[in-house]
Amino acid sequence: MRVVLAEDLFLLRDGLIRTLREHGCEVVAAVDNGPALRRALLEEEPDVAVVDVRLPPTFTDEGLQAALEARRRRPGLPVLVLSQYVEQLYANELLAGGEGAVGYLLKDRVTDTEQFVDAVRRVAAGGTVMDPQVIAKLLARGEARGTVGDLTPRERDVLELMAEGRSNAAIAGGLHISESAVAKHTASIFARLGIAPSADDNRRVLAVLAYLKR
Amino acid sequence: MASVVSRACVAAARCQLASLLALAVPVVGSLVVCALLLLPVGAGFRLLPPTATALRSLSDRARARAARWTGTHIGPPPELTADRALGPRRRAGAVLADEGFWRDLAWAWLEPAVGGLLVAVPLALIEYGAFGALVQPFIWRIIDDGNWYGFIPVHSTATMLAALALGLALMAGGLFAAPAVLRLHARWGRLLLSAPRSAELARRVERLTDTRERALDTQAAELRRIERDLHDGAQARLVALGMTLERATRLLETDPAAARELLLDVRRTSEAALRDLRDLVHGILPPVLADRGLGDAVRSLALDSFLDVHVEAALPGRPPAPVESAAYFAVSEALTNAAKHAGAREVRITLTHEDGRLRAVVTDDGRGGADVADGTGLLGVRRRLDTFDGVLALHSPPGGPTTVTMEIPCALSSPKTSSSCATD
Repeated sequence: MRVVLAEDLFLLRDGLIRTLREHGCEVVAAVDNGPALRRALLEEEPDVAVVDVRLPPTFTDEGLQAALEARRRRPGLPVLVLSQYVEQLYANELLAGGEGAVGYLLKDRVTDTEQFVDAVRRVAAGGTVMDPQVIAKLLARGEARGTVGDLTPRERDVLELMAEGRSNAAIAGGLHISESAVAKHTASIFARLGIAPSADDNRRVLAVLAYLKR
Repeated sequence: MASVVSRACVAAARCQLASLLALAVPVVGSLVVCALLLLPVGAGFRLLPPTATALRSLSDRARARAARWTGTHIGPPPELTADRALGPRRRAGAVLADEGFWRDLAWAWLEPAVGGLLVAVPLALIEYGAFGALVQPFIWRIIDDGNWYGFIPVHSTATMLAALALGLALMAGGLFAAPAVLRLHARWGRLLLSAPRSAELARRVERLTDTRERALDTQAAELRRIERDLHDGAQARLVALGMTLERATRLLETDPAAARELLLDVRRTSEAALRDLRDLVHGILPPVLADRGLGDAVRSLALDSFLDVHVEAALPGRPPAPVESAAYFAVSEALTNAAKHAGAREVRITLTHEDGRLRAVVTDDGRGGADVADGTGLLGVRRRLDTFDGVLALHSPPGGPTTVTMEIPCALSSPKTSSSCATD
């Protein structure tokens, strides 16, 4: 898997390169600023880009802008965005095209290397990965507005993991239940919320996120 | 057209009122002069303060009229000392030393001659025009010779029609001159009645001292809060983290399982420390505000809110960072109030920049009845805006809706990045 990496802090960049290499990814370009990232995304044609939101020279959302721009040129270019903060606004912008193949994670999550590399792989495969904090905020909002009111606590847990972009197998592993139980829960959730069920994992995440964003 | 005519008629009526008032002013003016003349025999000391106060209330009303009628702002002079505890001599002395008093007096004597004459011009035109247009057609037959209207000798139908036309023209001229004359009158009033420059400056200095003090207080309180948050939050967690690591290191050889547990604990603590720091930084300068500016930062607030929030931001550039930050936290506070206290469901936020002022309006459909003095929230916002000469107006009748309007004078920098996505 060919990865373009953009991160301006040397220590973190170095650590990420190591982690990715250890897990069999090829880091074709590791850059530390916005213009270099734009160039790398154009020239390297990577399978996935791992991008820090805030980059020099402006130290604003340069990384995100470069990623969005690259996705406008090449829709569906897999991008995993890392940030010190997760913002609903930025999550929406990444999801706006509806193509999937996006991830948005807190930088803290890279400490769990297995999960981080798994997220990179899922994004590269066209999946959607959202940080638990983004989903927690969305669910809290949905509960306050009464849009996810009548789910059982278990269904709520399943919905949360589903919205983070996890597969049924991963949800089952995370909650220590069987995959068939997960399938039953998801069917029930879709019926209660009135979302059209979808066998395709990615389309399912996008539908759930669209529902929660209302 | 209709609105132009009605405005002209209103202006003419105001000229009429101003001319009558111009006649009343010297009456009070002469009372003041009487009091001044009676000073040598002692009675003047008792008479001067009340007559000066009466004159001041007249001039205050003239200032208010100038603002209401023409939008001309006339800064009032400092108030006359109304301290009744002082003896009559001291009070009269204070009046005599007051620059505003002498200006009032000059105005009282000049107003009928200058201001009164000025507003009489359109009135004279209208009234003489009315005489030509409405009266001449009926009386020219009765009066034969020597009946002149203006420069027209009215003695035939043709000359009567000429007089009619002239009369109508004069009336129209008078009516349409009225608003301009009223403005001129207000400017004349400002010439005499505006506060002496020294008083304006004194007031400005007082306000600046006041707001600077409050700004420093707020800043100090903010620094204290940050210090406390760091001390109780991230710092404490890092200390705990160091201790746990130490124990884990000791257990590594003897009890690897326990060491492993402790290391997992270390990870949880480090995550918590990061979360603390993140919240703290968010409270100091929200990342979206730093990245994208006020419009997107408020949109981000809207997305995080539990209410239906509609944001309309039309800012062609970015305000200076401190202003941007103050406006952001002000809008955030208004939004919090709408959710917490007003029981609102829907909120509308507009951000605009006009005539060198950044304007934020937050309207909710809640129960209303809010008062700035009630909670510390909006009061704090008002204090914070004060530093930028900004204002906060709260309109919240019982039963709602509540509208918070904030204005801060500032310039916008040239546009930089802005998002192309609509988010609400």
